[in-house]
Amino acid sequence: MITFRINGAERSLDVDPTMPLLWAIRENLGMTGTKFGCGQAQCGACTVHLNGAAIRSCVTPVAAAQGAEVTTIEGLASAEGELHPLQQAWIDEQAPQCGYCQSGQIMSAAALLATNPNPDDAAIDAAMSGNICRCGMYQRIRKSIKRAAGAEAVVGVFDPQAVTEEVKHV
Amino acid sequence: MSEQVQENTQATAKPSGLAKWTRRGFISAGALAGGGLIIGVALRRGDRRDQVADLVSEEGDTLLSMWVKIDEAGKITAIVPHSEMGQGAQTVLTQMLADEMDANWADVSFVEAPAEDEYANGPLGKGYLLAGAEIPAALMATVDGAMHQAAKALVQQITGGSLSIRATGVAGMRVAGAAAREMMIKAAAGTWQVPESELTTANSTVMHKASNRAASYAELASAAAKFEPSNKPSLKDPEQFTLMGTDLPRHDIPSKVTGEAMFGMDAQVPGMHYAAIRQAPVFGAKVKSFDATKAKAQPGVTHVVDLGDAVAVVATGYWTAERAANAVDIKWTATENDTVNSESIRQQFRADLAQAQADGTSSADVEAGDVSGAFAAAAQVIEATYEVPFLAHSCMEPMNATARFANGQCEVWTGTQNPLGARYEIAAALEMDPADVALHQHFMGGGFGRRAMHDASIQAARIAKDTGVPVKLIWSRAEDIQHDFYRPSVASQFRAAIGSDGQVLAWDNIYSEKHEPVEAPVIPYDVAAQHIHYTNSSTHVPFGAWRSVDHSQHGFFTEAFFDEVAEAAGKDPYLLRRELLANKPRHRKLLDLAAEKAGWNQPVAEGHGRGISLQESFGTLVAQVVEVRVDQGNVSVDRVVLAVDPGFAVSPDGLAAQMESGVIYGLSAAMYGEINIEAGRVAQNAFDNYPAVRMQDAPLIETHIVNSGEAWGGAGEPGTPGIAPALANAIYQATGTRVRQLPVSRYDFNYRVNEPEELI
Repeated sequence: MITFRINGAERSLDVDPTMPLLWAIRENLGMTGTKFGCGQAQCGACTVHLNGAAIRSCVTPVAAAQGAEVTTIEGLASAEGELHPLQQAWIDEQAPQCGYCQSGQIMSAAALLATNPNPDDAAIDAAMSGNICRCGMYQRIRKSIKRAAGAEAVVGVFDPQAVTEEVKHV
Repeated sequence: MSEQVQENTQATAKPSGLAKWTRRGFISAGALAGGGLIIGVALRRGDRRDQVADLVSEEGDTLLSMWVKIDEAGKITAIVPHSEMGQGAQTVLTQMLADEMDANWADVSFVEAPAEDEYANGPLGKGYLLAGAEIPAALMATVDGAMHQAAKALVQQITGGSLSIRATGVAGMRVAGAAAREMMIKAAAGTWQVPESELTTANSTVMHKASNRAASYAELASAAAKFEPSNKPSLKDPEQFTLMGTDLPRHDIPSKVTGEAMFGMDAQVPGMHYAAIRQAPVFGAKVKSFDATKAKAQPGVTHVVDLGDAVAVVATGYWTAERAANAVDIKWTATENDTVNSESIRQQFRADLAQAQADGTSSADVEAGDVSGAFAAAAQVIEATYEVPFLAHSCMEPMNATARFANGQCEVWTGTQNPLGARYEIAAALEMDPADVALHQHFMGGGFGRRAMHDASIQAARIAKDTGVPVKLIWSRAEDIQHDFYRPSVASQFRAAIGSDGQVLAWDNIYSEKHEPVEAPVIPYDVAAQHIHYTNSSTHVPFGAWRSVDHSQHGFFTEAFFDEVAEAAGKDPYLLRRELLANKPRHRKLLDLAAEKAGWNQPVAEGHGRGISLQESFGTLVAQVVEVRVDQGNVSVDRVVLAVDPGFAVSPDGLAAQMESGVIYGLSAAMYGEINIEAGRVAQNAFDNYPAVRMQDAPLIETHIVNSGEAWGGAGEPGTPGIAPALANAIYQATGTRVRQLPVSRYDFNYRVNEPEELI
């Protein structure tokens, strides 16, 4: 029996301890916000927090969660349902396209902001380059992170809104 | 309120052969049983609005049209026949309808049209092939031939071809909205006994200012049913738009940041098991025999299914199924393709191109002017061969489908670009009546053309039927990469004749493998003598539409070779393009904008390079300037300045998002994308050997939008083709090496490479 807390609730699972945490979350706990992308820790779609650190749940045995605190995308908003600033920023910047990678992107970004409240571009590159977005929304993800971080100056990030306004009637 | 629906469309027989398109019966209207109004906008022959009404009308709703309904609270629901894969089509189409209807945006929502014949996406075939482009007369025979193929699309419901806005939106949603608005005005004019010309509409309300009266659309809907719709409702001029041309938040985004969005992968069916699959590694091979003893012995494994060309292992969890699938010992039949590899395919292309040249058996796209005379008179002739590899789509969400088979009925849950086509193909594979197959559509975790194919859905349905349990089939990443429908590998050979004054006299291009759109290899430049032709050189590797389809290779070929021509002519590549676009002011203006915004005239630092490209595809023009830095052989792409002219940008931010997406998708392919064939099978199997651009590699992308007022073009694909040639041209400036083969990762820029033959 593996016991851990997930999004604040204690759960016990009678599963093969070597099974990746991803499948315990998706199949045994029925929480499908965390995605399967590669099963090899190469794409980041399965990113969750284990004791606050971003991990790839597709290669992390469920046994590693024993006694730990797991947070998934479903647990990122406040108990009252208020979105995490990153989730709101993702909406404000219209960051997702297909959206499949975005749970993992947001979880990676949340772990980054937890330790570095105002990351620069290099810090964002370092924290986010494990997460692939095949729709290529990196520019918007970067901007969303900076927006959520409350950075006054969003340096080096293109603002499509400003440009389209400016040249709409060219 | 009990009138019968007016049927004034053509016969409802399934289309066969080449469809004859007609405006007759384009719009018709009638009353729904139980009250209310229905307007059908027939985008295809033989729609059946009475049946549609049953499908989409809930109790208490007034179905206003095939694409819109109003409930008693004034909620307006657009019924959108396109799937959502992140391109925002559902929101934008709703925007187009609401604007023409003068509906209050806050009251408008959408539902995706069910996978029923009534929503078949008629104009797709034609629109996809014609693409709103000017087709050279020489190409028309090809178009006509291809239209026979397109007729098949008439029974489908495809999201693809960058068509949502320019076909469904322009011909369907706007017309439906305008027709609905006109009928509301008629209803109000009749009720109040005032001239229609004195009425105005806004915010889902008809107003008569002179008498200070107003009535909501909800109030007027039933009265409106008594009127015949105009077959040609008047559409707004762009200056009258209130919603089109503005940025409205996409409906699908909030659920995608909370984990609530349901993708095919997330379908939940009570009692379902999970299946993993191992498909024949060589395309066309079959299961010869297999030993599943070890797999079946693993706890949780419930079934092993022989699918003929694949073996599926079913278990109580996916991880169990996937592990057990590794334990199945499968022998595959030998095929004639077991020794095929990328190099043999490459040799085949070259041999077939040479043969077609020698025999004169190539098929012409364009024949113009005196090509042989121009080459004879040339001061200089340059030649080059360009090649691209096979490419997989590599959607973030691996292929999957969930199926349940019971009592002769089959249900499938998946995300597909073609829900109706999926239903028909599943029914055909299981030898069932399509009426007994239901398709539950989900969000797609990437499509890019891959999810127009239904292989995983058919497999899931067969496994569910065979085992009798509901099954969620999930492909591993390796299965996903190795069993795609691929952008073909293509070779393209060029010759150009240049006069002593630097004038481009002739353009001769022969290439292998032709699909769609037919005009993809056509150049926009004014070159008097042109011969653009092709020969088929087929392989056993399955073909699939890959974002921008043939433009993905020809954009690279033609725009990269053009820079070689410019160099030979002793001209700046931007200025030569400009010179040869003297008769195409729309193209020239866009090219100028990209060059200006990118600072084309600014000096380029040592080790840096700047490259330009221009590509017209799917009715939209895109000019790109790419800046690269090559440091110790490593190429980094710093900035992309992109100018796009879609005619009119319905959603400017959505268009910018599609350009960003198209550029990154094309950049992943240009930088690293190659599917190699070894011993008949795909060599790549993971993101480490089939990489994608990541955050640290992503350039800054600046999008500049031009609303030229020309016919509205697409957005999903046009951003993709131009990045590879602009990148290759920039790398040439930085390194002196011509990139004639993709991907760029094949090159070692620590050395200067002049001949592509040195590679591979």
